[in-house]
Amino acid sequence: MLIAVGSLTAMGVALGGLLGVAARLLAVEEDPLEVELQAMLPGSQCGQCGFVGCAQAAAALARGEAPVTLCPPGGKAVAEQLARRLGVTVDLSDHALHVPVYASIDEALCIGCTRCIKECSVDGIIGASKLMHTVVADACHGCGKCALVCPTDAIRMLEVPVTLAAWHWPKPSIDGASPPRTAPRVEDAGRTALA
Amino acid sequence: MKLFPIRGGIHPEYRKERTSERVIETLPLPHRLYIPLQQHIGAPAEILVSEGDQVKKGQVIARRHGQISAHHHASTSGRVIAVTEIPAPHPSGLPQPTIVIEPDERDEWCVLPDPIPDPFAVTPEVIEDRVAESGIVGMGGATFPAAVKLQLGIRHRIDALLVNGAECEPYLTCDDRLMREYADEIIDGARIMAYALGAPRIVVAIEENKPQALETMRVAASTFPQIEVVAVPVKYPMGSERHLTLAITGRETPARRLTADLGVVVHNVATARAVHQAVRLGRPLIDRVVTVSGGAIREPKNIAAPIGARVSDLIDFCGGFSQRPECLIQGGPMMGIHLPGLDVPVVKGTSGILALTADEINERQADPCIRCGSCVSICACGLTPVELAAHIRHDDLEGAAKLGVMDCVSCGSCSWVCPSHIPLVHYFNYAKGALHAQEREHRKTERTKSLVEAHAARLERIAAQRAATVARKPKTTTIDEIQA
Repeated sequence: MLIAVGSLTAMGVALGGLLGVAARLLAVEEDPLEVELQAMLPGSQCGQCGFVGCAQAAAALARGEAPVTLCPPGGKAVAEQLARRLGVTVDLSDHALHVPVYASIDEALCIGCTRCIKECSVDGIIGASKLMHTVVADACHGCGKCALVCPTDAIRMLEVPVTLAAWHWPKPSIDGASPPRTAPRVEDAGRTALA
Repeated sequence: MKLFPIRGGIHPEYRKERTSERVIETLPLPHRLYIPLQQHIGAPAEILVSEGDQVKKGQVIARRHGQISAHHHASTSGRVIAVTEIPAPHPSGLPQPTIVIEPDERDEWCVLPDPIPDPFAVTPEVIEDRVAESGIVGMGGATFPAAVKLQLGIRHRIDALLVNGAECEPYLTCDDRLMREYADEIIDGARIMAYALGAPRIVVAIEENKPQALETMRVAASTFPQIEVVAVPVKYPMGSERHLTLAITGRETPARRLTADLGVVVHNVATARAVHQAVRLGRPLIDRVVTVSGGAIREPKNIAAPIGARVSDLIDFCGGFSQRPECLIQGGPMMGIHLPGLDVPVVKGTSGILALTADEINERQADPCIRCGSCVSICACGLTPVELAAHIRHDDLEGAAKLGVMDCVSCGSCSWVCPSHIPLVHYFNYAKGALHAQEREHRKTERTKSLVEAHAARLERIAAQRAATVARKPKTTTIDEIQA
């Protein structure tokens, strides 16, 4: 009985130790920064940044080889998050050029080939073989992969329109000019019996 | 009743005398009515009519869509001549979907829901339903759907309904006139709302500079022991929900919480009247009282205008402009918004239309901050505007958020008091908007991430299934062979 317990304990300790040592020696090197950065990226593997996927982009970011503004679908929010984590300052004014876009299918041109559906990593396109497809605009994050594979060029990337709910005041200009406003037009004033 | 002091605040020139003695006049029916789908906080309403439809007065033409939204009704009978996009009464001037009605001059009512003869005998849900069906939103300017606010009684224990008749914004007199002319209706509406909320007590708060309104409201409320009419000191921003609650109860609403957490719900006097009309008469919210004033208006007036009348219709009714207006404002001069033009319609939240002259707006270039600290001492929310603005100027929105920019109520007192004319409140409006936009983008990224994960999981599952069928296949062939 004692021998059995003793031998099993000894085996446990020895094998446990072995595993522990192996985990140390053979550990896959993973940069914690990389993991963190990857978690900030959208993870749709769209490849718009020029890397194969988000993991590769995160690695490049961690090495400092890519700008924080690399992710178009992530937009300003992701760029700011990355900049904060990496402790770099970023000029987001040029990022304003990347207005958020979404895909739209010209239904008259769609032949129902389902290629775009296979390409979409967020399941944002609905339709079936030989039936017209359409994009769920809310789900689309504007990676544009569908537009590349469409055989009839039926997919266009449109700018997400600014709605009343999404609009906000612009920043006051630094020289302290008063807020922009739309003064009533002269012709309007004239129309209502200006004395 | 003991009142409690509020922090900070300012005493601007009120300039209410221009319209305070003018009886509410009804606007003659305009040639066209423009009814936007978004006149409230929340999701835009869903359109129910199309071009060419005949509509009756009071008919629902846009249905609420989602939890926080409101119905919109035809303000008169006529024909829908277009469903189009026109600039919204909003500082952005962005176009928004709008229903254009050509009145047929008959002003024919549709079949209205039956009046509720005894609102105190039905369940609160019936009242809430009626308020929601009538498209009532907060008419003090915030335009939050009133029915949603009446549901606060379900989750919170409400001790008091505060009826807000403070009207602390300069120029505006629409609530003052409403209290003088329709005191009974306001009191009745307040009683109905208090019943729906389960609030035992009603406090009507009116600033001391409206003695006639105080008097008529006191007379109207005298038969109801649970109603108290209180004169609150004249101070801007007394009419803010949070500050009025503080003045009456002595308790400050915590950051990012509701006054309902303190057992208080605040409703505007015009909302109370709209509730009275909806419950007692079955009448939806299709008109409102608007103060048209300012130095550039020939004959300032208080006008009962149908929702959808254009600003130009109202200004024409006031005799047009007496001089060139420097700016046009919807609401009060402190918190109101610049209008993009004269073609925008009157909506449910339009309390005033002001055409101000250059003297009245005193606009000039901003000078550097002289560190006088005036903005800090007058901030009614206890913030430090000078510090917040410095953070925002250097794009440190997060720093500003830490200092509490989200607790700013945008009352504009800091901009008003600043001797250097720094547009402080504009900085805060920008920061609040930008922080909200960031949050929205962040949510979108999170959503994309979860969609991608779900997609990958599905692909994996399909691949596993396929692998399983492939693995089974040899077996089936052998069985086939055996059978063969």
